[in-house]
Amino acid sequence: MIEVKHVMKSFNGQQVLSDINYQFETGKVNLIIGQSGQGKSVLAKCIVGLYEVDEGQILFDGRNFTSMERFERSQIREEIGMLFQGVALFDSLTVEQNIMFPLTMFTNMTKAEMQKRVDFCLDRVNLTGRNKLFPAECSGGMQKRIGIARAISMNPKYLFCDEPNSGLDPKTSIVIDGLIKDITAEFNMTTVVITHDMNSVIEIGQNILFIHQGKKWWSGDKDSILTTDNPEILSFVYASEFMKEIRSIMQEKRT
Amino acid sequence: MKLLQNIGKYTLMLTMVFTRPKKWKIFFSRLINELENIGISSLPIVALMSTFIGGVIALQTASSMSNPLLPKYTVGYITQSSTILEFSPTIISLILAGKVGSNVASEIGTMRVTEQIDALEIMGVNSLNHLVLPKIIAAILFFPVLIIFSMTLSMLGGWMALIITDLTTTETYVLGLRAFFNPFHITYALTKTVVFGFLIVSVSSFYGYYVKGGSINVGQASTQAVVSSSIAILVANLILTQLLLLS
Repeated sequence: MIEVKHVMKSFNGQQVLSDINYQFETGKVNLIIGQSGQGKSVLAKCIVGLYEVDEGQILFDGRNFTSMERFERSQIREEIGMLFQGVALFDSLTVEQNIMFPLTMFTNMTKAEMQKRVDFCLDRVNLTGRNKLFPAECSGGMQKRIGIARAISMNPKYLFCDEPNSGLDPKTSIVIDGLIKDITAEFNMTTVVITHDMNSVIEIGQNILFIHQGKKWWSGDKDSILTTDNPEILSFVYASEFMKEIRSIMQEKRT
Repeated sequence: MKLLQNIGKYTLMLTMVFTRPKKWKIFFSRLINELENIGISSLPIVALMSTFIGGVIALQTASSMSNPLLPKYTVGYITQSSTILEFSPTIISLILAGKVGSNVASEIGTMRVTEQIDALEIMGVNSLNHLVLPKIIAAILFFPVLIIFSMTLSMLGGWMALIITDLTTTETYVLGLRAFFNPFHITYALTKTVVFGFLIVSVSSFYGYYVKGGSINVGQASTQAVVSSSIAILVANLILTQLLLLS
C-alpha cells in the first residue's frame, strides 16, 4: 500500500498540489485521473521521488519515503516499476538488453537466469521472440508492452504507469489496460495509473482518485464515478458526445 | 548570479558523479564503450588537424626566417616548442570540445528529454554516476594519448611540408626538434590535457543533464556546452601555465 499524507507541492510560488491525502491499495489498479494540467503527473512524480514534496509524507507499506536518504530511497526504488508516458526505453539497447538492464544492475543472477527472466517477461506481454529488436524498430503499442516488461522484470511491489494509452489506438489501449490489470492481480502489486482516458477508467478503475485544481476532488470506483453528481467529474467523464449519449441511456434505464 | 548558481550546481553534480559505481563490471563495460566513442573516434580529426597545422607552423616559421644570423634548425625548434606547449594540448582540446562536447551534451540531453534519465533514477540507479563517470574517466585516460599522437603527427607534418618545399633537410629539422628539448614541457602539456579532458566532458554533461524542454533545447544545450567548455579551457590554460611554467 502507498499512503499519501497532506502532500503539498509548488513550482515558482504556484501551488500545484494542495493537501493531497490518499491510499493506493495493494493488488488493485489505482487510477489518478483529471484534466490536463491539474497535477496528476506531478503527484506521481512526487510519489516516486522525481520531485521533492514541499510538505507531507509518502509511505510505501509504512516506510516514510519522504524522510529517507538517497541510499535508502534507492532500495525502495528497486521495488518500483514504472512505465513512462513516452516509454523511456534505452534507445541504444535492444529489447532484451532493456529488460535485462535492472537485472544486471541490481541482482546477482547468472546470464542464463537473466535470459530466462527476460523471456518470461516478454512472454507475459505477448512479445515472445522479439529480444533482438531495437526500440526504434517497434510500434508504439509494442514499445508500451516492452516498457511494461522492463517495469515488471524486477518483480516490483509497486507499478506506476503514466498515461499508458497515450498515442495508442483504442484496440491496443484495451490490450495494454488488460495487461496492467492482469499483472497487478498476478503479482499482487500496488499499481498506480495516471490517465485521462475514460475507457481505461471503465476498464480497469478499481480505485479512482480525481484531481482537480491540484486538490483531491473526489475518490471512488468505476461504478460510482458514472453515477456521481459532482459537476467537475460530470464535465470530465461526460466530455464527449459518446459519453453524453451513454449517460442519457443510463438515465432512461433508471427511470 | 546565474554563473554562481551554475557553478554551485556543477559542483553538486560532481559530488554525485564521483561516487562508487553500483557494479564495477557495468562501469568497465561502459568505460570501454566511451573510450571508443570519445577517444578512438576522435583519432581521424586529430590526425588531420595535426598534420596540416604542423605543416603550416613549419612553413610559416621558415617564411619568417629572413635573418641569416638565425640557425637553420630554428624552424624545427619552433615547430617542436609551439606544438608541445600550445598547439597540441590547447588547440586540439578546443577542437575536441566541439566534437566531444557537443556529442556528450546532446546524448545526455536527449536521454533527459526522453525521460531515460528519469527511468534510471526510478530504478534506483545514480544516473550521473552511471552516465557521466565513464565518460570523464575515458577522457582523462585517452586525451593524453590523442595529444601525444597529435604532437607526433604535427612534427611529422612540419617535416613533410619542409621536405616537399625543399626549405630544409631532414637532419637540420630533426636537430631543431631535439634542440633545447625540455622533458618537463611534455609533463606540462599532458597535465593540461588531463584537466581539459575533464572540463570538456564534465561541463558538457552538466549542460546535457540539466536541459529542460525538447529537441530545440537539446541543440541549445549542445551549443552552450561547446562555448562554456571552450571558455573553461582558455581560463584553465592561463592558470595552469602560470602555475606550472612560471611559479
